[in-house]
Amino acid sequence: MTVEKVLELVEGELINEITIAPESINCALASDLMSDVLTVRNHETMMLITGLTNLQTIRTCEMSDIKHILFVRGKEVAEEMKALASENDILLIRTKYSLYRAAGLLFGAGLKPVY
Amino acid sequence: MKFVYNVEGGDFTNAGSSSSEVKKMMKQLGVASDIIKHTVVALYEAEVNIVAHAYSGTITVDIDENRIHLKLEDKGPGIPNIDQAMQKGYSTASSKVREMGFGAGMGLPNMKSNADVLTVNSEVGKGTTVEITNYFSK
Repeated sequence: MTVEKVLELVEGELINEITIAPESINCALASDLMSDVLTVRNHETMMLITGLTNLQTIRTCEMSDIKHILFVRGKEVAEEMKALASENDILLIRTKYSLYRAAGLLFGAGLKPVY
Repeated sequence: MKFVYNVEGGDFTNAGSSSSEVKKMMKQLGVASDIIKHTVVALYEAEVNIVAHAYSGTITVDIDENRIHLKLEDKGPGIPNIDQAMQKGYSTASSKVREMGFGAGMGLPNMKSNADVLTVNSEVGKGTTVEITNYFSK
């Protein structure tokens, strides 16, 4: 699924800039628990859907080679988070929808779960 | 090559910065991406544990062409029962740690599944030493 399609489905907005062209997304995981995210062994271009907005969300994705994060519930994302994400070419998307609604819409449109 | 990084207990802003440096270094050295991922996930869990539970700590990274060895030594309360700490779901983390998305009792088990060799030694009231070794060719 392309980033454009994700934006359209969840009425999302891009909130940072990266230096490379964003890749298409093959699967997703919805979680506020970073320990859970870190247990995903191998994935092919996975997007994290989360309501957790702190620097460790970005660090977790950096370590896990996750290049797309969808923040739900219209959460404020601090500038230092955006900067750290951009530094690691992680694309940040924000939606006003809840985690359940955003995940449901993406799943319904064919975005596969990681498990 | 050997590098040493300092980690401050309670400093959640910088938690993961050492792991980030190690990841960049491994990339520059041309280590395979799956081995980098396993190594830095284990290291990041261990680094977060120092921030979450200890007063301070150091990470010593020793890397050669065959393997990477990571030694994390902290000054802190120590782990009274390591077998219990290795069980999935067991945690003594504070609410602050849980707010950060950790503290679900998954750190040590996840380190184990991402390390070729993991050793944990601890002395109550003094601190904990975690050693992680990953080999570049399996």
